[in-house]
Amino acid sequence: MANYYNDNKDLKFHLSHPLMQKIVALKERNFTDKEKFDYAPIDFEDAMDSYDRVLEVVGEICGDIIAPNAEGVDQEGPEVVDGHVNYASGTAENIKALVDAGLMGITLPRKYSGLNFPIVPYIMAADIVSRADAGFVNIWGLQDCAETLNEFASPEQKEHYLPRVCKGETMAMDLTEPDAGSDLQSVQLKATYDEKKGVWMLNGVKRFITNGDGDISLVLARSEEGTKDGRGLSMFVYDKQQGGVTVRRIEHKMGIIGSPTCELVFKNAPAELVGTRRMGLIKYVMALMNGARLGIAAQSVGVSEAAYREALDYARERQQFGKAIIEFPAVYEMLSVMKAKLDASRTLLYETARFVDVYKTYQHIAEERKLEKEERDEMKEYQRWADFFTPLAKGISSEYCNQNAYDAVQIHGGSGFMKDYPVERIYRDARITSIYEGTTQLQVVAAIRGVTTGGYLKKIREYEKADLKPELEKFRRTLISLTEDYEEAVKKVHDAEDNEFLDFHARRLVEMAGYIIMSYLLVLDTNRDNSFLRSAAVFNKIAKAEVRSRAEFIRASSLEDIGHYKYEA
Amino acid sequence: MKGLKIIVLAKQVPDTRNVGKDAMKADGTVNRAALPAIFNPEDLNALEQALQLKDRYPGTTVSLLTMGPGRAAEIIREGLYRGADDGVLLTDRAFAGSDTLATSYALAQAIKEMGEVDLIIAGRQAIDGDTAQVGPQVAEKLGFPQVTYVEKIIDSTGKHVTALRRLENGVETVKAPLPLVVTVNSSAAPCRTRNATLLMKYKHARTVTERQEASEDYLYLYDSRPYLNIREMTVNDIKAEQEQLGLSGSPTKVKKIENVVLQAKDAKVLKPVDNDIDLLMKELILSHTIG
Repeated sequence: MANYYNDNKDLKFHLSHPLMQKIVALKERNFTDKEKFDYAPIDFEDAMDSYDRVLEVVGEICGDIIAPNAEGVDQEGPEVVDGHVNYASGTAENIKALVDAGLMGITLPRKYSGLNFPIVPYIMAADIVSRADAGFVNIWGLQDCAETLNEFASPEQKEHYLPRVCKGETMAMDLTEPDAGSDLQSVQLKATYDEKKGVWMLNGVKRFITNGDGDISLVLARSEEGTKDGRGLSMFVYDKQQGGVTVRRIEHKMGIIGSPTCELVFKNAPAELVGTRRMGLIKYVMALMNGARLGIAAQSVGVSEAAYREALDYARERQQFGKAIIEFPAVYEMLSVMKAKLDASRTLLYETARFVDVYKTYQHIAEERKLEKEERDEMKEYQRWADFFTPLAKGISSEYCNQNAYDAVQIHGGSGFMKDYPVERIYRDARITSIYEGTTQLQVVAAIRGVTTGGYLKKIREYEKADLKPELEKFRRTLISLTEDYEEAVKKVHDAEDNEFLDFHARRLVEMAGYIIMSYLLVLDTNRDNSFLRSAAVFNKIAKAEVRSRAEFIRASSLEDIGHYKYEA
Repeated sequence: MKGLKIIVLAKQVPDTRNVGKDAMKADGTVNRAALPAIFNPEDLNALEQALQLKDRYPGTTVSLLTMGPGRAAEIIREGLYRGADDGVLLTDRAFAGSDTLATSYALAQAIKEMGEVDLIIAGRQAIDGDTAQVGPQVAEKLGFPQVTYVEKIIDSTGKHVTALRRLENGVETVKAPLPLVVTVNSSAAPCRTRNATLLMKYKHARTVTERQEASEDYLYLYDSRPYLNIREMTVNDIKAEQEQLGLSGSPTKVKKIENVVLQAKDAKVLKPVDNDIDLLMKELILSHTIG
């Protein structure tokens, strides 16, 4: 009878952020859908009430069905039968529950039978599902791909595919190949246009494809013969009902075992072109990846939550030396740091989701009418924030999720190493989050622009100006001083005018910005709800120590130093 | 086959599964304020059986009928969120203090006002009284046959229903003619969860009384969206004899309520002869277990 939404008031807090007023008004185009759809909201309060109630259903399904199934799914796993995937029985049950509850096309417009929710409540649902079962969220969360179809596909394609997603058909995005992992420019899967049949045919192999046997797949393929780079790639949609793709095998993985990671063989698989030729990687995959990265950030936060709760419960129950281990400083410090990291990554997640919401909604409105100049400017500004914050959120929350899973096992001691407790699974599941959809190292490559263009600094200055309760001033003073350290470090690396020097320190610089931003966000959260004070105080201390240590590292670093780190290839 | 007209009997009950210290008042009655009000669990199983028939046989309608105070309208909404078509709240001070006999009388009279019905499905029993009497009594009062302890309604021909019964020592498949009353066990399929779209569609559904009491801004909705009006029946809407309702219609008198810890003791084996049954009855009457 657990409810993973109702039992976590932090979620309701983030859902009720002041910017939601703007997001909902934009998303609902001033509530015009209520004339056409009996489930459309009447006004802002009604919309917020709907998100709250629907998330309560998500929380119920997670508490009553998905979480209890997680252990069985981890043991059973999916299997390949006749070239197709059979999910573990618990996975099938989870999908059915979410389909019956109408939770498959959460962000899609109502005309395709979607719920037309903003990204924020959708990401919150992903946060909740991830806490219940990190592997399962991949299958359910691939409804993200429908968002990409909704952005770039033709009206006919949208009519054809989007209602099917809302009815419960699952999706996949087929990008990676044996020789094209992080470097997607080298994708080789061949797309040839069959003049006689008037369709594109796909041939080749894809690898590491999550839910590769999904009903509807977006496929990145080389449509321009003889090309070798990203500009020869186009995006296709493949419908499983057409046939032509078989699953050769499912990978044996460390974690997220319930999520089938497939090797796919395309043999004259018919597919439709999405959008414009040659734009596959440059435009569509970038959009797809940004959505997916936000999804992984949500997954990371959900797994962090699960790890923290397991550790907290265990530390309260476990008695040693005549008392509960939570009473020992060594243990309670770990727990409070876990909670601070959890809260920090969650507040960064929802800040990012709000930025994405505003700009994506403007993008959709621009398809309906010409935007006013102020609207266009605002869209561009939020898009910039979304671009800077998405890799930051994904990178940091996935690292924190791993750290929290590690500490959760540590708090369990020897028991945590055994299969008897959920932390063992959580620890394995956490590991992939900092790897897929771009490793942390690649998130830094995307995020460093936020450092070099002054983007993060601009946002930090905005946070700095906020009205705060007097008792929170001390945190601001610390953060102003840390911002000086950050600026000094950025200047030093910039003045060296050397790309390798910049690459070498990139992660340090991005993390410095990240610590300051998250610490500000927690202070702002505390300003709105005092229950975050603990985490704000703990994280402010962490931020100070971590930013200063990086500042010191960069201060003492020179171009010549890099030689001590380099290897011959 | 044409669709079935199904009525699901549902009750709002105090959640007795997580009973705290303050669950009972000093006078031995249930402290309803201390226990959250929920949809009786086996009635949810009953609703699922009805909804499965609706999924399967187009044209089937599922209506809920619940008797209780005004707040029991929540039961109707919970049913609507899961796929029921409409519902009736039977509510009146005249029903207060009803035992199972008065309850089933009132329900049967209300059903007669709800038009043609093919199938009435109820949970086996409610977790507050555990009597398992209301379903069967409603059948008797309507003169319908009844199939109890059902785990699954297998199919319907439109004239008959085939159902699987879960009994103490096995299962039994029976076929019974419509109209019919079926009571469903907790071993039946769990009820589907609320559907997001239906939840948003029906969340403003209210009875007339609720609307009068509410200070909500959405009152203008009820004319343009008739499905948001939950039908309310009072004693004036059913043809009932006053003395068969409420306290006066309830022969059951609660003598006392006590906490009983069940212990396995030696079983008493009775022969199926009149004398043994007689002795048992006398013993039960003497101990005030019955009577």
